[in-house]
Amino acid sequence: MITEKASINEQVILADRDGDTQFLTFMMAGEEYGMDILAVQEIRGWEEVTAIPNSPQYVNGAINLRGTIVPVIDLRVRFGLPQIDYGALTVVIVVSVVIKEATKIMGLVVDAVSDVYSIDEETAKDVPDFQDSENSQFVQGLVNVGEKMVVLLNLKKILDLEVKHSEQLVVGG
Amino acid sequence: MSIDLSQFFDVFFEESFEGLDVMEAELLNLQPGHEDSETINTIFRAAHSIKGGSGTFGFTSVANFTHVLETLLDQIRDGRRQLTAEHVNLLLQSVDCLRALLTALQAEETPDLSNANDLKVKFEVILGGEESASSDTVDNAPQGRESQTYQVDFKPLPHLFKTGNEPLYMLSELSELGDLETHAFCDAIPEIDDFNPEDCYLSWRLYLTTSQPESAIKEIFEWVEDDAEISVTLCGGLFEDDVSASATPEPEFDKEKTTGKETQNIDVTKAPLAAKAKPETSKKSAESTSIRVGIDKVDSLINMVGELVITQAMLTQLGEQEPTENTLAAMQEGLAQLAHNTRDLQENVMRIRMLPISFVFSRFPRLVRDTSQKLNKQVELKLLGEQTELDKTVMEKISDPMVHLVRNSLDHGLETPEDRIRAGKDPVGTVTLNAFHQGGNIVIEIMDDGRGLNTEKIKNKAIANGLIQATDELTTEEVNELIFRPGFSTADEVSDISGRGVGMDVVRRNIQALNGSVEVTSAKGVGSTFTIRLPLTLAILDGQLVKVAKHTYIIPLISIVESLQIQIKKVSKVGNGLEVLRLRDEYIPILRLYQLFNHDGAIEELDKTLLVVVESDNHKVGLLVDDLLAQQQVVIKSLEANYQKVNGISGATILGDGRVSLIVDISGLIKLSGLKRPGTQELLVEQELDEAVS
Repeated sequence: MITEKASINEQVILADRDGDTQFLTFMMAGEEYGMDILAVQEIRGWEEVTAIPNSPQYVNGAINLRGTIVPVIDLRVRFGLPQIDYGALTVVIVVSVVIKEATKIMGLVVDAVSDVYSIDEETAKDVPDFQDSENSQFVQGLVNVGEKMVVLLNLKKILDLEVKHSEQLVVGG
Repeated sequence: MSIDLSQFFDVFFEESFEGLDVMEAELLNLQPGHEDSETINTIFRAAHSIKGGSGTFGFTSVANFTHVLETLLDQIRDGRRQLTAEHVNLLLQSVDCLRALLTALQAEETPDLSNANDLKVKFEVILGGEESASSDTVDNAPQGRESQTYQVDFKPLPHLFKTGNEPLYMLSELSELGDLETHAFCDAIPEIDDFNPEDCYLSWRLYLTTSQPESAIKEIFEWVEDDAEISVTLCGGLFEDDVSASATPEPEFDKEKTTGKETQNIDVTKAPLAAKAKPETSKKSAESTSIRVGIDKVDSLINMVGELVITQAMLTQLGEQEPTENTLAAMQEGLAQLAHNTRDLQENVMRIRMLPISFVFSRFPRLVRDTSQKLNKQVELKLLGEQTELDKTVMEKISDPMVHLVRNSLDHGLETPEDRIRAGKDPVGTVTLNAFHQGGNIVIEIMDDGRGLNTEKIKNKAIANGLIQATDELTTEEVNELIFRPGFSTADEVSDISGRGVGMDVVRRNIQALNGSVEVTSAKGVGSTFTIRLPLTLAILDGQLVKVAKHTYIIPLISIVESLQIQIKKVSKVGNGLEVLRLRDEYIPILRLYQLFNHDGAIEELDKTLLVVVESDNHKVGLLVDDLLAQQQVVIKSLEANYQKVNGISGATILGDGRVSLIVDISGLIKLSGLKRPGTQELLVEQELDEAVS
């Protein structure tokens, strides 16, 4: 985990700062997803969580983040992707987002972190044709970075637990 | 230069409310006929600073109203008027009125002035007569009020400048009150050789035409009262001639003979409006979230942090050394010291939130006074243990239940003076409020020396309400307990004081919501005592750790009645598969925690588990758990802050190993289980049991 973190920090510093938005990307089911790096508080390895009774399936439970109780959400389950066993690369991205005037700190479980890109948000293409998919509300846009396509996420929607997730895949593998 | 005054609003309101509290407390101390001048002065000072502050911040309605109050107080202070009980009542009402005005202003609402206007009229009636003219400034409209001309003789003593006062400022302030004409007397200026530039040789005669009262003029000179000869007199009537024509100053300055004999001629001009109301800021002022902390508490915290830093440095140093037997021992010692420091620090941080309970107690003299007047009872209120400290949050929430209990004591507990004499008691009844620490709790007692609870009456009422059977044998304590049941009132008729739909059950529920308890002891003819027990703080609770499947939950110790192993033969099923345990002569519904919380892997056989019997809202239920673990104090953390409300869970905490553990909310759990019939306080099981028996 430590090396993982170090490499990310390095890239944050290396990334150019000409006013573009920086995105942290991570891998999930072979797809690369990105989120605004300013929302990211820290990245942690997977640790045991305390189950919260009667919580939605995508809520793993709560962890202790230096005295604060932080719920952890499995992004795969939130998106309706098949669950996998947590391994050495499994990370919890701790993000803080203002939802309904309250700042909430939550953890997102993803397969592995990937990279940091500076992306001109203008170039982010609108969400294509899956408007009918309920999951499209979690997607802010799509961008091409070199040969790859990155799905930019709408964290506010993902962390607002009143927004229901769907069983469909966002982007077909 | 413009300063955003709104940044000082919070302090102003805080201080004003404190001032009102002081006024109220001192007014209650006043004995008409035997008033203490110091008390009057204290009240006057409090009123004066509220007036000054509200004037500065543009709350003219408050300033104007306080002004009449002040006028009356000033007259009483000067001995011009005798204090009467009527005055005290009126002043107390004014305190309430001011509080309402300030509360409205603090919430940035438009205050309702009707009450203030009514009271103002009353004040004016009292002030009446010749004073009414000068004190009639409450109506801020310039028209319809006559301006008057005052002659002000102002002769500073030579040392005035040394006191840091500047007559020019006073004069310019005076000119803001109305039309000012000044005449300076220069004859005291000595020859140049004798001239001392640090002395004041000038004196003035001023004619001020204003609609402001005399006191407004005096106020300007208040700071130099001791450093000057000042006289303010009203010039008789209004004059017709032109000012300039007759403004011939007297060559001699004689402050003794200044009454309106010198007829001056001044245009009656309208006084400028008092400072216009400042536009309210749009910022919503939230409930007061600040706290005043004694500097000693902060000092001791700083000391403690210092200690902590030293210990930490010592440990760091030890950590850098080669590990040997000695360093290990020193390390252990250091860790022990660290633990000690941390505990001290924790206690002291808690103390910051602690305030003496006198904050709550202080409202009772007024309450007792008003209520006893209404009830025609004579009551003496005794306050003990006022310095006992309690968490601010707990304090805010305990005051309503206490008000109810005190009212209850006055209304139901104490007899009328006649009845008391007949019973051979002092006609003056006593209500005592006592607070003290006991263990980790604070205990608040509300005692009266009244008639005590009427057990017969309570029992009959309970039978009539179907709470108990006529054949039930109950101990006195059990009977007394009944008054905490919903829908129970022993008052024969609904009076102004009690029977407003708030019963003892609500009192108990509110106290339980604070993780506290309330009980009553009573002896016929001797009195009753209500004892409230509260945790010192809401941030920490004593918890029982229990195991449910592989999860650890915390049950608040205060709600646990007992824990036991279940004897299968005593469990029966009623209704929709609801299991009920017969425990002595009670039926306890069994709630399987793992089911309610949706956990797999728990022990399902009743005889292999444990039942924790808990009580909430007077209902006992049994929680089925796999095992009991340790008991420990836990620091309560919010789960809602980053997540959302979870039914049956009141919060979370962090255990010694850093894991999160959730705290069970008993009443939420009962709701979650569907045991409670909607809209009632009754448990479904009681109905089911009736059906099962019949």
